[in-house]
Amino acid sequence: MGKKHKKVVVLPCSGIGKVFGALARETMYELLEKTRPGTVATTCLPLLVIKDPEAVALVTENPVITIDGCPKDCAKKSVEALGKAVDKAFEAIKFYKEHKDLKPEGIAEVNETGCKLAVVAAEEVAKEVDKLAAGEVA
Amino acid sequence: MMDIQVMKVGVVSCSGEEIPEGTLCRLACRKVLDERPEETVTICLPLFIAGGEEERTFASNYPTITVDGCDKMCAAKATEMLSGKPSKRLSIPEILKKHGLKPPTKLRHFGPEEEPAVKAVAEEIARAVDEVLEEE
Repeated sequence: MGKKHKKVVVLPCSGIGKVFGALARETMYELLEKTRPGTVATTCLPLLVIKDPEAVALVTENPVITIDGCPKDCAKKSVEALGKAVDKAFEAIKFYKEHKDLKPEGIAEVNETGCKLAVVAAEEVAKEVDKLAAGEVA
Repeated sequence: MMDIQVMKVGVVSCSGEEIPEGTLCRLACRKVLDERPEETVTICLPLFIAGGEEERTFASNYPTITVDGCDKMCAAKATEMLSGKPSKRLSIPEILKKHGLKPPTKLRHFGPEEEPAVKAVAEEIARAVDEVLEEE
């Protein structure tokens, strides 16, 4: 058992061009506000790009889960650019592949079905959040 | 035959996942991109780091407008630092102040209450696009 953590950082894709970017973001908001409030924290991905000291500290001092919207893996790579390996990396399309009955639509924000898929996705990500908060290796 | 060059303007949005103004920024930028597809193009800001040469030369290839949700001005700074100097730097707090609008309070699921702010920011971005196109 490793060190326990009060916070687990979840960083989604920041894209405004693809539905799975919006799904990644909605999943993070679901975790932050409903599924694991108080445990999950986030920061703006561009703050890492400009190396904002507070954002960098949050990410380097806590376990990090990324949820990317496309294979370019911006969220994961933005963390790695700080010299930190992510603890768990998800690609949002995986959640749709596993729940084909919930097809998300929308680009800046997902539709109602996408929101339902985000609830399901958040439950899955929460399992990793719990492991990391407890100090277990994800 | 006349050579008609179609100029596109790059719109780079702060993604601002942590603040309501970030969501406002994304929605307003998306509105402009959807309404003016022939004149605008965008890029995900983190691609300046995560992407390749094509992404890093974005601001060299297109005159670029950055739109930021807070005074940290990530989009403007990152674009200038990693790609090229933006033609215009817009700030959501300044736009809201100019229009006498209150900042949004929700991170997601914007509705009619936030619509005036989205519309005002989109109009300012569209105006900036027109100005850049006139200058080019």
